[in-house]
Amino acid sequence: MKWYQSLARWTLLAAVGLMGVGYLANGLSGDGRSTQPPPIPKGTSETADWMEVVADVDAEFETTWTRESLATAPDADWQTVSRRVSLALIGSSISLEDMRWLESLPEGTQVDALTERLLADHRFADYWAERLGRAYVGADEGPFIVYRRRRFITWLSQQLHDRVPYSQIVRQLITAKGIWTENPQVNFLTVTLDTTEKGRVDPVRLAARTSRAFLGMRIDCLQCHDDFLGNVTLGTNSDPLEGTQRDFHHLAAFYSTAANSIQGIRDDGKTYEYQFLYEDETEEVEPIVPFLPELLTTDPAAEKLPSRQQLARWVTHRENIPAARAAVNRVWALMFGKPLSDPVDDIPLHGPFPAGLDRLAHDFAEHDWDLRRLIRIISHLQTFRLDSRCDFEVTSEHEQAWAVYPLIRLRPEQVASSIIQSCRLATLDRQSALLVQLQAFGEKNDFINRYGDTGEDEFGQDAITITQRLLAMNGKMVNERTGENPFMNASSQIAMFATDDAHAVEITYLSILNRRPTDEEAAAWIRQSEQGVSRRQFVEDLYWILINSSEFSWNH
Amino acid sequence: MNIDCGSHDHLSRRSLLQSAGALSMTALATHLARGSEQSSKPSRPKSIIVLWLRGAPSQYETFDPHAGTKYGGEVAAIDTTARDVQISEFLPQTAEQMHRVALVRSVTSKEGDHQRAFYNIQTGWRPDPTVVHPSIGSIVCHELTGGADIPRHISILPDNVAGRGGYLGAKYDAFKVYDPANKVPDIRPYVDEKRFQRRVDGLMDVVESNFRKGRLRDLDRDRTLHGIATKSALTMMDSDQLAAFEVDKESKALRAQFGETAFGRGCLAAARLIEVGVRCVEVGLSGWDTHADNHNGQRTQCEILDPAYATLLQVLADRDLLDSTLVVCGGEFGRTPRINPVGGRDHWPHGFSIALAGCGLRQGIVHGATSPDPKLDKEDLLTNVADPVTVQDIHATILKALDVRFERELITPIGRPLKLSEGTPIESILS
Repeated sequence: MKWYQSLARWTLLAAVGLMGVGYLANGLSGDGRSTQPPPIPKGTSETADWMEVVADVDAEFETTWTRESLATAPDADWQTVSRRVSLALIGSSISLEDMRWLESLPEGTQVDALTERLLADHRFADYWAERLGRAYVGADEGPFIVYRRRRFITWLSQQLHDRVPYSQIVRQLITAKGIWTENPQVNFLTVTLDTTEKGRVDPVRLAARTSRAFLGMRIDCLQCHDDFLGNVTLGTNSDPLEGTQRDFHHLAAFYSTAANSIQGIRDDGKTYEYQFLYEDETEEVEPIVPFLPELLTTDPAAEKLPSRQQLARWVTHRENIPAARAAVNRVWALMFGKPLSDPVDDIPLHGPFPAGLDRLAHDFAEHDWDLRRLIRIISHLQTFRLDSRCDFEVTSEHEQAWAVYPLIRLRPEQVASSIIQSCRLATLDRQSALLVQLQAFGEKNDFINRYGDTGEDEFGQDAITITQRLLAMNGKMVNERTGENPFMNASSQIAMFATDDAHAVEITYLSILNRRPTDEEAAAWIRQSEQGVSRRQFVEDLYWILINSSEFSWNH
Repeated sequence: MNIDCGSHDHLSRRSLLQSAGALSMTALATHLARGSEQSSKPSRPKSIIVLWLRGAPSQYETFDPHAGTKYGGEVAAIDTTARDVQISEFLPQTAEQMHRVALVRSVTSKEGDHQRAFYNIQTGWRPDPTVVHPSIGSIVCHELTGGADIPRHISILPDNVAGRGGYLGAKYDAFKVYDPANKVPDIRPYVDEKRFQRRVDGLMDVVESNFRKGRLRDLDRDRTLHGIATKSALTMMDSDQLAAFEVDKESKALRAQFGETAFGRGCLAAARLIEVGVRCVEVGLSGWDTHADNHNGQRTQCEILDPAYATLLQVLADRDLLDSTLVVCGGEFGRTPRINPVGGRDHWPHGFSIALAGCGLRQGIVHGATSPDPKLDKEDLLTNVADPVTVQDIHATILKALDVRFERELITPIGRPLKLSEGTPIESILS
């Protein structure tokens, strides 16, 4: 047992002991947060201006489904949609406490209320900072001393929590200067510092990052040669051009001035030189954007700016819709678990675009790149609220067209967080005792380490591995969180305070799967509870079973 | 996966537990005997054991001493069983096995940061934000089918850097285990067998069957693989091959020969795992990053490495497995010729050593050399290295020795063709 787990455990035992039996019983009935006035959801009614965008995007999908003669799934119940919202915004399922709070709200308001609460919660900022951070700086620890990933993620989290517009965040990254500890955004650059290259940032890696993370384009192959497979199309709609090696290096040239010094990253005006394929000598390469050059050339103020500032202005220009599409596609992917245009960072510059993408991108750019607005819109779309099961035969075509909600495997951190949360009755957030948070942090890291972090590959759909199944079935965390522990574990508390077996089954389902059992399931478990097994053992087993289910480890 | 329940090869989890050591040893002995029989056949599939010396060992204090030179430091060089090959005095037992080794002393890399360099040495590719490359073990498991019904790619003492499947998929990720003195993690249920079975039945019969309703046809086979993975996990839990991890079943003398260290036990387990059909075993030994007090730091680590590595080669040879098993020993880069003011050596990717043995490689030879008097102020540090090879070349050599077509192109999930290795095999050590 790690020191923090041990410390947290003993402190918790003392603290929870003082809470008393009444609180535990109260937790089961859900009178905790339900006594608080529910927050007033912002803009959830038809009066919200973004509901027009929702209607437009819904209409685009309707047209697609009609054209492809695809039936659509019925609407999902609010519990299911709420679980999706929770997984998307904080990377965890919903606590029993919050399920009870949601149940206390008027019918039809639950999803919006949860969305608003979570958007204001620091857990949202923390979770999205980690997810977006992987696109910006990767998942590795990077160069020693000159790179501080944790500081970078913390900075990004604060930006998100402070509602800094996405465009401003991107500008700060591209133009960052100074020391990596004082100005954490500079880590976007220092992660590429190559210790064998005399302390300069790597323009090539930064060009690849910029094109993928901010522009939604994979132009990496152009680093070495012109595109000869038709994978990269630049130019304009009316005059499309194949990508060339020069396009990539012209983009890289924007970063050539950034150098590391005793004051951290600064601009020293160094020009970019490169020897192109089939050329005999290196040549100076000037910074030129890969498309929409008019956004720079028509901006007289931009011309005199340092190259990184020019690039930042161009990337976040209101008319740079490809950049807005890239952001929308990533937000969509974080909401659903898979991007609208797949892969997430390779959207064809001139289309064709999937239904909804362009409408959402224009709205995003027109509204100051407001992430929360975009999230609200997506959470209101019909596609987000459809069921994942139907009374007709579901095919992969239905999923591809978003005519049913797609089944998506949870990422490792979502699995870990959901296990930890579902094994507690109270919500685990920044209001929780520090030691509880510390313990959860440690447990989560240990679990993910063994489960296998997906690294930068946020949206891969690998098959589940034997290691992962073994960890869920026989792992220490699942055993400790579901085993007998009346102070810490929901399973023990449910076993103690549920009024009867049916009540225990219902609460267990709500805690883990965020739904009530079907009549068939409830009957099956009641039959099993009558086999002479103790209530405690019965609930523990049910906890194990539900945590090990497909339904738990898949978004649906 | 390949052994059906009820077959003569199968022991149930219950019987294995009940029978404790004696029976499991018998089961393993059967496997070992079978493995031994098979090993005499030319068709025995090839395997690899990689000893990752994390933190980057100093070439001077291990495989490339320059005793008595300006940069050689305090270490003496000793003769080995390979003609005209000397290594560090810190590796006396290894010196007795050098007639089995093909030593490459001229490996170069462009990565001087531990994490990036380790990725480089583990995959043969420099880190690239656009793709995660598979580790050597993942490639071997992908290309060489068949093997054990426990995971075929195992990382012992992984220290957070176990081999990954990368674009081949997570199913090729290494199964991580720690000190073999402890039980294999997550293999045994926390509840008795009857109760565990009841849990599994409840999971499959009630919850999973409900989840399938109204969803994709063949949901499990075509999408979730949940039931399939669960069955594979249960098979592994029941497998008698798990006994290969139980190094305490080997004689006390043999265990002592490997060294009573986690790494020594890892090497012993590696040999046993190869015998039962595992394709790749990584064993990690950290602690080589000696920026201060290099001499003592390297000596301490060599005291762990030396008996384990030497005995591993000897045991594989004794069990007739060395012809079909490639043993790779090395770190992510080397250490500087200059000894810094605190007696340490810093990072040096411009000429370091990797030792290879087995799988038909030429034995007792050396490829490449580092200069005894390197010119450190030169722009091109490669001029200090004779017959330099790259990390990619090492990978191409390894794959060729394992009969894997190293130049074969695979299509990554994003449709990008990538060779298994872009290196050139070192023909001088391939027989």
